[in-house]
Amino acid sequence: MSDPIKIRATLQGELTDIRVLMQHPMETGQRKDTASGKLVPSHFIQTFLVSANGKPLVDGQLNTSVSKNPVFAFRARGLKAGDKLIVSWADSKGETRSDETTVGTT
Amino acid sequence: MDNQAPPADPLRRHLLRASGATTALIALVTTGALSPGRVLAATWPRDAFTATTFNDALKAHGSAGSTENREIVFTAPEIAENGAQVVIEVASNLPGSQTISIFVEKNPMPLAGSFRFANGALPQVRVPLKMAETSRIRAVVRTADGKQWHAQREIKVTLGGCAG
Repeated sequence: MSDPIKIRATLQGELTDIRVLMQHPMETGQRKDTASGKLVPSHFIQTFLVSANGKPLVDGQLNTSVSKNPVFAFRARGLKAGDKLIVSWADSKGETRSDETTVGTT
Repeated sequence: MDNQAPPADPLRRHLLRASGATTALIALVTTGALSPGRVLAATWPRDAFTATTFNDALKAHGSAGSTENREIVFTAPEIAENGAQVVIEVASNLPGSQTISIFVEKNPMPLAGSFRFANGALPQVRVPLKMAETSRIRAVVRTADGKQWHAQREIKVTLGGCAG
């Protein structure tokens, strides 16, 4: 089971600041394991979706060159406190993870 | 919202299309339950992501031939000490901006990520990238009129992030 996605969505005036931490090794496939000396196979998030109240906000596609445990920041207009935000990802091994939060105020 | 098709549970569609459920997809497509364009347009574009040169990645992604535009704002360090995590931010002030795609010219696979914005999401993203060596980074923005624009920036890397 993958680690949870940490999401923080905060209303700041008209805009909502959205920060998403996707806990994932994001292995490039080029790194050698220090103990065995063998290449660690690539394992990375390929697609993710941020949606609010059932509508897609940001639809992303990623490669191995995104850092390990990446933190993303986005902004959206038109949300209000209490709106439901869902973030989900799918990785190169077919694993998926989905978590949700509600929009809060500062 | 507008005249868009009803948002047929984007989460479920996302998980379905991403989970390698090819047979399920084929079944749905052949029965006409889903039009191929709608489902497959948003899958992971393998050719673009696995291209190993900057030009091939731009071409495979349909992002070649863009015009430089100062309305795309790049925020990134000039010098990155640790190539394992170089945080860059791209924001587009171009009207009708729909997608932002980010290319690291000298990485083994230059296309790092592509983001599509809708339903009130501003066309901007902050993302941490790995950089193998000092390189130009290019952000390509596609606008609603089908045009493509870019901005680029050189980032010096003192310690490569390939191993990270």
